[in-house]
Amino acid sequence: MENKNERRREEILRISGVNPRKCMKCGKCSATCPSYDEMEYHPHEFVYMVESGELAPLLESKSIYKCLTCFACVERCPRGVEPAKLIEAVRLTVIREKGANHLKADDIPAKLDEEIPQQLLMSAFRKYSK
Amino acid sequence: MKVTYFPGCTLRTKAKELDRYAHAACNALGVELVEPDTWQCCGGVFSYAKDEIASKLPSVRALIDARDKNEPLVTVCSACHNVIKQTNHQIKTDADFAFRMNNYLAQEKDAPAPYNGETKVLHLLELIRDEIGFDKVAEKVQKPLTGKKIAAYYGCLLLRPSKTMQMDDPENPKIIEDLIRVLGGEPVIYPARNECCGGYIALEDAESAKKRSNSISDSAAAHGADMIITACPLCRYNLIKNGSKLPVVYFTELLAEALGVKEDNDGE
Repeated sequence: MENKNERRREEILRISGVNPRKCMKCGKCSATCPSYDEMEYHPHEFVYMVESGELAPLLESKSIYKCLTCFACVERCPRGVEPAKLIEAVRLTVIREKGANHLKADDIPAKLDEEIPQQLLMSAFRKYSK
Repeated sequence: MKVTYFPGCTLRTKAKELDRYAHAACNALGVELVEPDTWQCCGGVFSYAKDEIASKLPSVRALIDARDKNEPLVTVCSACHNVIKQTNHQIKTDADFAFRMNNYLAQEKDAPAPYNGETKVLHLLELIRDEIGFDKVAEKVQKPLTGKKIAAYYGCLLLRPSKTMQMDDPENPKIIEDLIRVLGGEPVIYPARNECCGGYIALEDAESAKKRSNSISDSAAAHGADMIITACPLCRYNLIKNGSKLPVVYFTELLAEALGVKEDNDGE
């Protein structure tokens, strides 16, 4: 179990390219996050929980689906940690597992309306499914 | 001036007016938008994961098409622009990514020469500001937007991350406001103009998208705007779907209107 957690942590760091130890814990990422109220774990918590290896709560949390990829935390992080990259990597390690797609094609018809732009469907599939 | 033009999936379906008025306006400005023979959807959103390679191939194929014609690659949709510019930046700055991307490309029929980020990527707004020039646009204005109070909505994708997009100041942009002034309108500055509409969360958590979108349209209305303009089909959808009190239109429509070529291009 320990080894699996550590391997996963290394994978998250590798595919995100993030060094969480650069973080100075100012909290600006969470303060600027438009999804803050919707998240159980916030951007700054992703940074220190990945750093300390507390992955299990993040992997099970709906917070990984609340990031909007709006780049606000990437733009505004004064230390260049760029938490959205970590959140993306954590989510990918979840949805890349077999059968773990968060959005399925069968879910789509019920969500459609006449005006939905293709861009919305494409983006959602990119973020929620593999 | 001839440029390579990447329309993107939504401009051929739910956002036809964004595309149609871009062509009309560019025609009036002496710019020809030429599509590659084949183009594929950019994917809608850029992935930061360093091992996401194949999903970025469509962007690179379009970049290569422009490179081989020695033209800039121009986009109008905020999302296409963001994905293609970030992909181009990744090729220039991440040698491992460029190596693996070129390995894919080498397998293709009529494989192109290796690509290393040579193409210049421009949003239509940048093409207007940097290549055509606002002064030239001002000369061509036929029907100034006099008296219109217009809120430019940048959203997240046009400006960020600014070190890659290099379009404008990400916290205090002015490119769209400058265009509005050139067209004779009055830009309205409001606090939420560079905040996110919620984007694709609309499919996952409609309530969250509603909160985000309303905070933007309410902010524009509270600062006295008559209308909101955007370059992003998803921003427009989210704002309208969630009950914006102000009309939300594409910037290309206003541009075509001011250049006096809108009516000729209304309808299909």
